[in-house]
Amino acid sequence: MSGFQTNNKVISWLDERLPIFSMMQHSAIEYPTPRNLNYWWNFGSLAAFVLVVMLLTGIFLVMNYSSHTSLAFDSVERIMRDVNYGWLIRYLHMNGASMFFILVYIHMFRNLYYGSYKAPREVLWWVGIIIYLAMMATGFLGYVLPWGQMSFWGATVITNLFSAFPVVGQSIVTLLWGGFSVDNPTLNRFFSLHYLLPFVIVGLVVVHVWALHTVRSNNPLGVEMKGEADSIPFHPYYTIKDLFGIGLFLMFFLAFVFWAPNFFGEPDNYIPANPMVTPPHIVPEWYYLPFYAILRSFTMDLWIIPAKLQGVVAMFAAILILFFLPWLDTSKVRSAKFRPIYRQFFWLFLVDCLVLGYVGGKPAEEPLVTIGQLGTAYYFAHFLIIMPLLGKLEKPKPLPASISAAVLKEKA
Amino acid sequence: MRKLILSAVTAAGLFASSGVALANTGGEPLMKPGFSWEGFFGRYDQAQLKRGFEVFNQVCSNCHGLRLVAYRNLSAVGLTAEEIKEVAAAREIADVPNDEGVISMRAGRPADKYIGPFPNDKAAAAANGGALPPDLSLMAKARVGGPNYIYSLMQGFLDEAPHGVVLPDGKSYNKYFPGNAIGMPPQLFDDLVTYADGTKASPQQMAADISAFLNWAAEPELNERKSLGLKVMIFLAVFTAMLYALKRQIWKNIH
Amino acid sequence: MADSATHAQPSSTDGQSRRDFLLYSTIAVGAVGTAAALWPFVHSMNPAADTLALSTTDVDLAAIQPGQAITVVWQGKPVFVRHRTEEDIALATKDDSAELRDKMADATRVQKPEWLIVVGVCTHLGCVPLGQKAGDPKGDFGGWFCPCHGSHYDTSGRIRKGPAPLNLPVPKYSFTSDTTIRIG
Repeated sequence: MSGFQTNNKVISWLDERLPIFSMMQHSAIEYPTPRNLNYWWNFGSLAAFVLVVMLLTGIFLVMNYSSHTSLAFDSVERIMRDVNYGWLIRYLHMNGASMFFILVYIHMFRNLYYGSYKAPREVLWWVGIIIYLAMMATGFLGYVLPWGQMSFWGATVITNLFSAFPVVGQSIVTLLWGGFSVDNPTLNRFFSLHYLLPFVIVGLVVVHVWALHTVRSNNPLGVEMKGEADSIPFHPYYTIKDLFGIGLFLMFFLAFVFWAPNFFGEPDNYIPANPMVTPPHIVPEWYYLPFYAILRSFTMDLWIIPAKLQGVVAMFAAILILFFLPWLDTSKVRSAKFRPIYRQFFWLFLVDCLVLGYVGGKPAEEPLVTIGQLGTAYYFAHFLIIMPLLGKLEKPKPLPASISAAVLKEKA
Repeated sequence: MRKLILSAVTAAGLFASSGVALANTGGEPLMKPGFSWEGFFGRYDQAQLKRGFEVFNQVCSNCHGLRLVAYRNLSAVGLTAEEIKEVAAAREIADVPNDEGVISMRAGRPADKYIGPFPNDKAAAAANGGALPPDLSLMAKARVGGPNYIYSLMQGFLDEAPHGVVLPDGKSYNKYFPGNAIGMPPQLFDDLVTYADGTKASPQQMAADISAFLNWAAEPELNERKSLGLKVMIFLAVFTAMLYALKRQIWKNIH
Repeated sequence: MADSATHAQPSSTDGQSRRDFLLYSTIAVGAVGTAAALWPFVHSMNPAADTLALSTTDVDLAAIQPGQAITVVWQGKPVFVRHRTEEDIALATKDDSAELRDKMADATRVQKPEWLIVVGVCTHLGCVPLGQKAGDPKGDFGGWFCPCHGSHYDTSGRIRKGPAPLNLPVPKYSFTSDTTIRIG
């Protein structure tokens, strides 16, 4: 905690008692950051920015939302029609959710490409996965609140996942519902939790940043910072770069808000929830689609394990497997820049996820079912077979001596 | 980098195609007449909205509700305050109980939501052979293709079902309706309404006008949204350019 | 830049001031943008369009007999509409010359002497005074009596006794016909 100096007596008085200025100085201004971060490193701060937008818009939406089944749909429409700028706030929130996931997915794939999950950043990566899980829960809960057809049937389908567990399954589902079907008690608790979880995410983000500042940022070369020449202070270099990124991102984000606000949405959710009529084709929000495809890939009972349970277990496993990634990847080299074969498999994995997402959004028909099953098999093979083997078999390219050495070489 | 861009484009492509495929409409590809509010600078054509309202008020509203639109909102389609009062007063709604607890009917007021033709959904379904005429407030957002779907549906009736298709009693055949057997009989024929602005009321004209009106009913904020968006984008373009220039200056000595 | 060596000093201050100018103008533009972005949020807390649409209330006076009063809801607040008797009016005009805390002549508080229309919210701390119904206490001056802290209002709705500082306010209203008024 060095370096914080001020002539302002009030600030130094406060800082001696609660060192917030020292902390800011330490972690947002002086924080030594690799000098060679590329624009893929902007996505963490962008995600944090969207989190703030989501909190802000959410808090203002709640001022006009009613969480009762007979009022919810109309209260959302009142926000859209009568509340001053209500349409803007709601569309920001709606599209903000999709943006949040786009940014976090890019953030995660950047992490996979540059091996940022490897020692000593395993805990940083874990916290990130927990944030991702909390986001998925929050997104699902939030999608239920407008109480349209997709809200209702999405809630029904997803809560029914838990019925796959033997013995206790049905009791868990009843507990989630607070009744014998998705109904008013369900909506009320979902609303309560949807308001709570974002603040949990904020707490997790603080932990995430704490872990980051302990182990320092990875960089495109994947070699640690070794000396003064490798790093630059966070401010002003990365503050301005992040702000520029926010400017670009806002143009992308707001283009949807102002010109295609329902691009990510489902038309069926503009039909009020009707427990008697299921829409012909139920899909979750796009950000769950790859996992939805994995869920649906299991169609045959195996020994005593029903297909339904297999699917649910596989879907959860698909996320939980990420926790083991630091050990499944046996290579000591972080960046795919120096791993020519891994790089190919990285792109294959990305394509696999996109294919799974595509399949998840389509009706369960051939040949898509088979494609989904192959995609699911490849998804797990990537983590369980390819990554452990590749680390042993692949011969990485020579690593640069240091970041500054590589930068200087590139310049010349 | 090139690969990254390529993959982003692929992702967007997959994404868009998966969205389109989730159709809740009939088999036939929709007709696309090209509406005035489409595109970056597109806005509603108020004269068209007013014609569409005339069709809705004289024809559609005999079976369909518009429960999310208030009479006062109709000033946006070009009705005067007096006309709005008149339209509102055409139907009655249950008043609050009086001091004796008796509920009587009163005429609609501008602040009321558009009063539907039936007291409730059951009555509406019963009066229409069991098929509930859906509320139209959000129809333009609640169907894939939105206004194009409405435009197509209104003109998609066949006089007779194609050979081999058996229609249930009381249903009509529509090319664009999911399952093709629709409870609503064909509606539009020449001069069904007389437009106040003298436009010739052909089925095609009326289909376009009603689609426009219903799109307005679903997205009344569209004009405001797009104008605000334009201002915001101009601001962001300037601001982001300034941030970029500043970033260049600050980073000048690093690389 | 070729002659930067000879003009090293001035060119570096030039660069410095150019950089400062860019920095400060970016900060200024960003501050304006942030403020503008916050406005929709603030404005969303103002009354919504449906609330504003109910900002006027029409009242039919025909059924109210002299001596009777009705309470109507206007913008979420009770409004007292009282058909005053000759005695009420006489009492009110006589007291124009009495010692009043919030001095107002009765004539300035009514459009037609027999119709007194006031917002029925005590100017002390916002309770609704009694005196509308036949059996209600009407206070020492024949108008209204606030049960919360004992304010007495007269037949013109003026504060006469008790802690309230001001008369019951007269809302903006107009006669749309001989027997109907529009408040607001």
